[in-house]
Amino acid sequence: MSRMKKWLGNLGVVLALIAGLVAWTMLPWYGVLAVLVALVLWLLLTRTGRLALEAAKIGIASLPQRWGPSAVIVVGIAGVVGVLVAMLAMGAGFEATLKQTGNDQTAIILRGGSQAETNSVITRDQVPLISSLAGIAKGPDGRPALSPELSQVVNMVTKADHTDANAQLRGVGEAAWTLRPQVKIIEGRKFNPGMRELVVGQGAKKQYVNLEVGKQLELANQVWTVVGVFASGDSHDSELWADADTLGATYRRNAFQSVTAKLDGKDGFKKLKAAMAADPRLKLDVDTTRHYYAKQSEGLSKFLKILGTIIGGIMAVGAVFGALNTMYAAVAGRAREIATMRAIGFRGLPVVVAVMLETMLLALLGGLVGGAIAWLIFNGYSVSTLGNNFSQVMFQFKVSPELLWNGLKWALGIGLVGGLFPALRAARLPVTEALRAA
Amino acid sequence: MKYLHLIWAALFRSKTRTFLTLLSVITAFLLFGMLDSVRVAFNSSANVAGYDRLITTSKLSITQSLPYRLQTQIEQVPGVAKASYATWFGGIYQDPKNFFPNFSVGPGYIELYPEYIIPPDQLKAFYATRNGAIVGEALAKQHGWKIGDTIPLQATIFPTKGSNNWEFKLVGIFKLAENSRKGEEKQLMFNWKYFDEANDFSKGQVHWYVVDLANANQSTQVARAIDALSDNSDHETKTQTEQAFNQAFFKQIGDIGLIVTSIMGAVFFTLVLLTGNTMAQAVRERIPELAVLKTIGFSNRSVLWLVLAEATLLVVLGGLIGLGIAAIVMPAVSAASMGLIQLPHMPSATWLVGIGLMLAIGIGVGLLPALRAMRLNIVDALAGR
Repeated sequence: MSRMKKWLGNLGVVLALIAGLVAWTMLPWYGVLAVLVALVLWLLLTRTGRLALEAAKIGIASLPQRWGPSAVIVVGIAGVVGVLVAMLAMGAGFEATLKQTGNDQTAIILRGGSQAETNSVITRDQVPLISSLAGIAKGPDGRPALSPELSQVVNMVTKADHTDANAQLRGVGEAAWTLRPQVKIIEGRKFNPGMRELVVGQGAKKQYVNLEVGKQLELANQVWTVVGVFASGDSHDSELWADADTLGATYRRNAFQSVTAKLDGKDGFKKLKAAMAADPRLKLDVDTTRHYYAKQSEGLSKFLKILGTIIGGIMAVGAVFGALNTMYAAVAGRAREIATMRAIGFRGLPVVVAVMLETMLLALLGGLVGGAIAWLIFNGYSVSTLGNNFSQVMFQFKVSPELLWNGLKWALGIGLVGGLFPALRAARLPVTEALRAA
Repeated sequence: MKYLHLIWAALFRSKTRTFLTLLSVITAFLLFGMLDSVRVAFNSSANVAGYDRLITTSKLSITQSLPYRLQTQIEQVPGVAKASYATWFGGIYQDPKNFFPNFSVGPGYIELYPEYIIPPDQLKAFYATRNGAIVGEALAKQHGWKIGDTIPLQATIFPTKGSNNWEFKLVGIFKLAENSRKGEEKQLMFNWKYFDEANDFSKGQVHWYVVDLANANQSTQVARAIDALSDNSDHETKTQTEQAFNQAFFKQIGDIGLIVTSIMGAVFFTLVLLTGNTMAQAVRERIPELAVLKTIGFSNRSVLWLVLAEATLLVVLGGLIGLGIAAIVMPAVSAASMGLIQLPHMPSATWLVGIGLMLAIGIGVGLLPALRAMRLNIVDALAGR
């Protein structure tokens, strides 16, 4: 009968735990703060709370004696948090780089059905038609502000291991600089129209050999000179820019890949889209650059998010077992002490809370260590991957406060699970037996 | 071996602890099994052994096309057995999320891949049907296609008569025997001739040539000879082995190997710590028992072996269960990854590395407690000092 009761009790605890964990993952920061404040008030103001605090003090004071097993909890949880934060930071970094590239004030026009610039073709005779459409803002010279651009994938040699990688070579006109004010020359100068000159993104310069200012390189049997380096803080950093007409002549291409246009006011996009649909000569797609680039980051960042959560989840399970192990051992090692406390009048709840507080403290420490390691090693760590345009996009891991906060929540969740069952065992310890034993 | 029951009994002296340690070892090896098979899969697709083919692409960039007339010139290069060509199509089936490679192939292309198993009558039907297409078994299964079905594809690059709608008739299904290459079943191929006639702006252009060598050892000379054909023209080529080509491509997706290895490193560090701690605890608790063993005549050395064997047994037991679970769940993961990972079975390399790791970790974590047990002074230990 009592076994049955205990079994049912355990089942209840497990169910409550699952519900608690689900609630915990959804809790926003002010919810966590409220829980924390309530806990502190309870600890300080009620009699049971004060007793629990006293019991916890005893346990925490003896932690240094058990530093080995306690370190297992800290390191185990630090590992989980570190891996999780790093994986999510990779996805977040890629997403941020592409999101920054676009905005709501400019639109990108591609051939209908094309997913990316590489696949798109916009013929020269379509450009004047596009520039006459409604919704496109006028530039300072009174002409429509738009930039027809060529996009060419070229082979570059990587600095890292001297293998070939695909780089994006963009042919632009004068308007490209005004349409993308974030692109700034940081070294050298802009290319001169009509000359075989290149300006390179700071990311491309870092990644490929031979892109320093003044160096010459051969593209399509022609010698090009690098005359400048630009910084944009987004995916253009991985690109090389040249004069569109010179580039078109070199690669014998007379069509463009995309047209970027500045939108006229708030409803410019709507007007442009409507005007585009109304012209049967233009079978083109138009999208705001923000949406276009955000769409490109979707797949990879989602994949990394899922992968990171699965791996983090499996590791968290492992860490829970480690924490359970350590805390069970801690409870067993202190059986007599706990029994003594119970004998002199500590009730079950303070004992449970004391063990839980101890575990949560270790978990918090683990979460902080893991987050700190992920931040120190990975924040700003740059990697590159193949983007939608079949060319390399450089991006940096981005360990944001939000991710660190998430990691901390995972750590405390693991601590909660790992501490609860040993805590319950401590509370259920038969006092007389424990006192007599050992 | 005769002490097995003793080791076994010692292992289950504290059931909760052994059980929990076992579970953390199991999770660690479950993770190892899954990550390592992904790593092996990525390496093996870049490492197609046994087939000696060359890939010729444009030197300028992989997206640049080459003239179709190179075909006859390449076939005349000494050392070339057969050559064929293909053009990337990049069509979308219903939704961009359904991505799979699709391209048009010249005559003889499929025969260059003898590892692609296809019934001869289906291959014949493929060449006989103008808009015929063949797909891999996995892709056909995924979309429920049967032979005779019409497959509509939305072009992203090449319109036909001003529209992006293309239709292909499924005439054949091929499969691959090797499990590690099942990912290659997710592609669709159709006739280049049809593509060349029906598309609006590419005429007589191909994206890559596949060259079969008469003698596998001549790859370097033949590649050089092929590239010499178009030296200083506007379509210079770059010829490399299929292996080098794939490797360069996979490398660009990102250094997956490095990421996987660092995750595994973090997992194992945690695991070693957990298990090592348990073993130290187990030995600490049993000091009086070990002293008794020594008193009744066990040598120092056999006590060392007993403790070491116990630790190794624990890790190997947990490791095997973990890898076993990984082997069971891998097919489910493959299915959930929507074609990104294709691993119906766990590669044998993963089993081998896993077992090696189990032994190494077992000995690693057991060594310190075992040495401690060996050096026990009987009198002190019995007295509890």
